[in-house]
Amino acid sequence: MITSLLIGIFLLSLLVVTALAIVRASDLFSAVMLSGIYSLLMALNFFLLDAADVALTEAAVGAGVATVLQLAALRMAPATEARHRRARGLAVAVVVVSTLLMIYASFGQPTLGDPQAPPQQHVAPWYIEKTPELVDIPNIVSAVLASFRGYDTLGEVFVVLTAGIGVMFLLGGGRGKPFRGLDSQGEDGLQEHLILKVVARILIPFILLFGFFIQFHGEYSPGGGFQAGALLVAGLILYALIRGERRALAVIPPRVLLWLSAGGAFLYGSVGVAGMLLGGEFLNYSVLASDSIAGQHLGILVIELGVGMTVTGVLLSIFHAFAARD
Amino acid sequence: MTLSDHLPVLQVIVPLLAAPLVILLRNGFLAWLASLLTSLCALGLGSQLTATVLAHGPQHYHVGGWAPPFGISLSVDAFSALLVLLISGASCLALAGGRLSLRRDIDNRRAPMFYGAWLIAVAGLSGIAVAGDAFNVFVFMEISSLATYILIAGGRDRRALSAVFKYLIIGTIGATFYLIGVGFIYMMTGTLNFDDMAVRLEGVIETRPVVIAAGFITIGLALKAAIFPLHVWLPRAYTYAPNAVTVFIAACSTKVALYVLLRFNFAVFHGNLLGHSELFSAFVIPLALSGILIASLVAVYQTNLKKLLAFSSVAQVGYIALAAGLTSASGLLAAMLHMFNHALAKGSLFLCVAAFALVSGDTSLKRLQGIGRRMPWTMGAFVIAGLSLIGVPGTAGFISKWYLIVAALEFGQVGFLLVAAIVVSSLMAVAYLWHFVEGAYYGTPPAGESSPMEVSLPLRCLIWVAALSNIFFGLFPQLPLALARSGTSALLQGGLY
Repeated sequence: MITSLLIGIFLLSLLVVTALAIVRASDLFSAVMLSGIYSLLMALNFFLLDAADVALTEAAVGAGVATVLQLAALRMAPATEARHRRARGLAVAVVVVSTLLMIYASFGQPTLGDPQAPPQQHVAPWYIEKTPELVDIPNIVSAVLASFRGYDTLGEVFVVLTAGIGVMFLLGGGRGKPFRGLDSQGEDGLQEHLILKVVARILIPFILLFGFFIQFHGEYSPGGGFQAGALLVAGLILYALIRGERRALAVIPPRVLLWLSAGGAFLYGSVGVAGMLLGGEFLNYSVLASDSIAGQHLGILVIELGVGMTVTGVLLSIFHAFAARD
Repeated sequence: MTLSDHLPVLQVIVPLLAAPLVILLRNGFLAWLASLLTSLCALGLGSQLTATVLAHGPQHYHVGGWAPPFGISLSVDAFSALLVLLISGASCLALAGGRLSLRRDIDNRRAPMFYGAWLIAVAGLSGIAVAGDAFNVFVFMEISSLATYILIAGGRDRRALSAVFKYLIIGTIGATFYLIGVGFIYMMTGTLNFDDMAVRLEGVIETRPVVIAAGFITIGLALKAAIFPLHVWLPRAYTYAPNAVTVFIAACSTKVALYVLLRFNFAVFHGNLLGHSELFSAFVIPLALSGILIASLVAVYQTNLKKLLAFSSVAQVGYIALAAGLTSASGLLAAMLHMFNHALAKGSLFLCVAAFALVSGDTSLKRLQGIGRRMPWTMGAFVIAGLSLIGVPGTAGFISKWYLIVAALEFGQVGFLLVAAIVVSSLMAVAYLWHFVEGAYYGTPPAGESSPMEVSLPLRCLIWVAALSNIFFGLFPQLPLALARSGTSALLQGGLY
């Protein structure tokens, strides 16, 4: 107990220090690196709180893919932040006041991990008790995300899709410029760096394999479409960095990525519509098969596939959209 | 289950699932057509849903077949139905009337992405309107906000990008505040369902997290609703957005945030927090009053018609907030009515602006000198919608101002002051609209642009339909009144189920 408390305090203090360092940093490159570290610390904190699923997502998306995307975006920006002090005072005031208010509120909150706390007393016991009976998968978090609150997860998939649409709309070579592929520098990626090349070659198949494992094993262990998509993208981006942008685009062309992004979200929704056509509510998986448990399993498998497709398609599209511009 | 049982969820998933298909199209015209048809379909579903709610009371839907609080439920009462009508109606109007304007602003290559984002925005806003779950509201708030940023960033003016960045930052702060509040409430009640929350809050009233949560939620939503002085994102976002996008968002997006604000404050907090109503009044009324007066005054001095109308929107949001801040049944009635009537007026006005811009190329008052003589039909429609915005008897705007004044007089001692402020700001509305109308009719057009030049006949017809709807709902206000009455009683009874 006391050890985890000390570790918690240590990690949270590091988090605050990192956040302050990000605000202070005027060099954008170090700000990006620090925000990667911030995400990694956040993932550790989630892990300490036994939220393994969230920790995995944060590590893969926050520390991994997001950092690469920010670095790709940095190529279009100057190296240091432009200085303008105008609204600083107001921003600092808002942050300080809202922090103080949250600290004030925290004095009235139930102790962390208290079994008598309201969240542990109301819906959580029901999920724990009913999941084996109604959905029958070992990972209750997956059951909540994919089935009990599957409508929210559908919404999150559309958030990801919308983000992709936004980047493709704004950067998608729209202003009369055709898609240029890459400059000569990026053409052969990091080919000359022998060590990187060898290590990446060994790593990529394992990263992809692990991604697929996370995708299809989400019901049994932490994971699911979001994490799997992020891991697959990490592997594919690594390939793009090593072998060059053009080769990566030859493996998966932009149009395929678009179909993957749109198709995943549509697939998820179609599972819901199938439930309606078979006489249930939207996203009711129980009616998908003759046996309601089998229906739940089928529904969760397919929607997780949809999530994985959209996350993979969108994140890769965003990467290429940034990488293709200078 | 029959089709009519599915109405609440269809309202959301029809535009939502159409979006991924639209972005796969390669042709801008087809994408536009698909979006218009989807919006018309959403409007049809919305009308059906409204009829069902008025006939049979609030509708509930358990997504995934899981009953609340374990699953997510959708709850549609008359207030939600009113919002759904506004959202789908505004989308149809803006898409149908904005075809030419959008073709100018968005190049053909990128158009499918744009219309996909448009449909996602429609779905996101509708999703908030029908949601019965606090976290579900947040998810759809994210969807609609992101999509709206994309729509605004489509503007040809490069300043759209900096305007949208400001909106993005402020909107994200608003959404985060809302989420912090919901988190605190979940911590104290263990539930996310609105109705369940209202019941379970009784046991933990006056605990610190709940009080702080009420503050975070109110301020977060006030940011999104652009209640003065948290409106700083609005004028530039409305001004630099593509003209058709302004028609859409000006008619419905701030109203949806106000809707959530009212839902949370009246259905969840009102009966549970001691003195919450007084606090809410004390917070909202002064802000609303200063918004009404200051934003109207600022509007008088604008030199761009879109910005002028945007500041007018800040003032109008003030009216709605003022009505809600009275925390009485008659106040809520006035607030809901004004949401509807202001959407009618602003939608029509911005549609006229989009038409002016097609001819003059620009919306600065200088370029629009003499436009009234060049485009008599469009200008006539503008004047009618403008009269409704001012609140002249016989128009829809008069109905809601009337109810607002009645509600203000019931408020007690300061009621007369409130009424005085309403009257003064209505006069200011006359002033800022006259500022444009005078130049449009009597000003000298820019050199070489004096020949009459109207927009196409179908567009003129649509503009006139929109303008005449302001008269229609002024003479026959039964529908919005019925919705507002039923919505008010549902909201004040607390629970929906």
